[in-house]
Amino acid sequence: MLAFPARPTRRVHPNPGTKKMNIKILGAFAAVGLLAACADQTTTTTTTGTVHTVGPGSQEDLVANVGDRVFYDFNQSVLRDDGRATLDKQAAWLTQYASNNVQIAGNCDERGTTEYNLALGQRRANAAASYLKAKGIAAARMTTISFGKDRPSQLASNEQAWAANRNATTSVR
Amino acid sequence: MIHIPNPEFRRRDLMLSAASALLVAATPASVMAQTLPPPAGQGGGQSAVIDVNKARVEPIPIAIPDLGGGDGAGSQLGRQIAGVISADLARSGLFRIIDPASFIQAGPSRPDAPNFQNWKPIGAQALVTGQTQTMGDGRVRVEFRLWDVSPGKQIQGTAYTTAQGSWRRIAHVIADVIYERLLGEKGYFDTRVVYIGATGPRDRRTKRLAIMDQDSENNQFLTDGSSLVLTPRFHPTQNKIAFMSYASNRPRVYLFDLDSRRQTVLGDFSGMTFAPRFSPDGGNVVMAVANGGGSDIVMTGLGGGGARNLTNSGAIDVSPCFSPDGSKIAFASDRGGDQQIYVMGAGGGGAQRISFGSGRYATPVWSPRGDLIAFTRYGGGESEFDIGVMHPDGSGERILAKGWLVEGPTFAPNGRVLMFWRETRASGARGEGFSSRLYSVDITGFNERAVPTPTDASDPAWSPVTA
Repeated sequence: MLAFPARPTRRVHPNPGTKKMNIKILGAFAAVGLLAACADQTTTTTTTGTVHTVGPGSQEDLVANVGDRVFYDFNQSVLRDDGRATLDKQAAWLTQYASNNVQIAGNCDERGTTEYNLALGQRRANAAASYLKAKGIAAARMTTISFGKDRPSQLASNEQAWAANRNATTSVR
Repeated sequence: MIHIPNPEFRRRDLMLSAASALLVAATPASVMAQTLPPPAGQGGGQSAVIDVNKARVEPIPIAIPDLGGGDGAGSQLGRQIAGVISADLARSGLFRIIDPASFIQAGPSRPDAPNFQNWKPIGAQALVTGQTQTMGDGRVRVEFRLWDVSPGKQIQGTAYTTAQGSWRRIAHVIADVIYERLLGEKGYFDTRVVYIGATGPRDRRTKRLAIMDQDSENNQFLTDGSSLVLTPRFHPTQNKIAFMSYASNRPRVYLFDLDSRRQTVLGDFSGMTFAPRFSPDGGNVVMAVANGGGSDIVMTGLGGGGARNLTNSGAIDVSPCFSPDGSKIAFASDRGGDQQIYVMGAGGGGAQRISFGSGRYATPVWSPRGDLIAFTRYGGGESEFDIGVMHPDGSGERILAKGWLVEGPTFAPNGRVLMFWRETRASGARGEGFSSRLYSVDITGFNERAVPTPTDASDPAWSPVTA
């Protein structure tokens, strides 16, 4: 039987960031075809051709289809426009998956001291959590933590890496 | 002739520690000291004191032959002890150790009656003699004498006894005595350093609490790396460390007991607690507590009780450090915009900004002497990092070390040397080229030296004089 997932776009929110994902997913459907058992799941293929699933409401779903992190300017904890747009999507996603609790981790680039960056990372996490709360996400569903400069996502010492490392990252707990 | 700044020196003629060597390896064994009588007819001579605070004093030439022994084990230990003493004094930059190859009289002479004609021609101003004996009960006894070569006078004579496995500690105690008798200020060699040892890639770094002697020996890791740990500090009088741990995914300040190896959370705060430091009397910890968009300075008892806020600015107030007399607290804050250093009363209130140079100022650390505050500075014109010192009123700023990243100064207990850490810039996307290593530098800005550690290292904190 050739079947499509019952609700192939269930996990997708109407936003520009998911366009690429949709195309990829359709490609996967064409290639695989046998998805009758996957009524509640969407599928992607990796470059090596193996198939894995992204459960709606999962961390992977958040990363791939919503955006798990917002970025800050140097030494700042003020949300930028792009950050607010990402958090709007996170709020909608958290509203949809109401059983998900999240941790919001604040991170900093390496161009500061350990102790000050712990406080700055906390400020960034708080800024993101406050925004989500204002969008209706219950405070009880969110915890914040700061890693200061101790958990960089990019390891180079350059402006591009530092910009990526100044973030608040949301993860499903 | 060399001056004798402190003829009444008797500090080491005491039992140095009541701690048992058998208790836990992290606790140093005790060293017993006993005064040796000077040779007949000799008193203590003295003249002007060298001002070691002047930059680049001429190092004192000193001869340190083996503190030999009557048996094979004693001879070997005596050679090792002389080596440790020599390394300590040489590392300070204030002594020139005369090459044993130039010694006229090879081997041990009579420790209580050296022939000074053998030492004057090779330029020795000071001479160390002594002997080392292993005792039947597993202890070792080291007789040590320090001589002023020119008049041929004994400056110090002491015999030390300790468990044989703790012989290094006797060497450090002797190096401290030499330093103090010849320079007029206390040494810092019988001390330890607690720090954070790091391994693995930076995006999932394993960090462990570690402790070692100040000369990098006897390194031990105190935690297993399962939780991220940061910013350890020594208790001023007890075998305790305050540090920050991410245990249970909750970053909080803990106390680590070096004797029992037990760690306990300090206090009960809803937000992250970090940047701890003990009060000079050891009864309290002052630290930062995350609060809303900022952090406050809070003081709490070691049992966690009696917590009270010392700041409540809504800004990031962080990195508190008491003055050694306990009357003031220096801290960093961004209350005025950029991060700067402020000084307030120990009860809170009356905060005055003291840093006004270029860039941001962080990690203020008060010298044990009280006369300087060391800091990390960054984000100025060159966007690199500096370690510097200024007076507590903000005057007299001097930069002692510069680099891509230098951070986190800590004073030796005599206030003469700073340790800090230095990172190198990652050149590639996978972090290639990054390193993090400990360094020491004299407060004059001279004599910067790498402090070896088995892994990458950061966050050094110097112990008080081991007691």
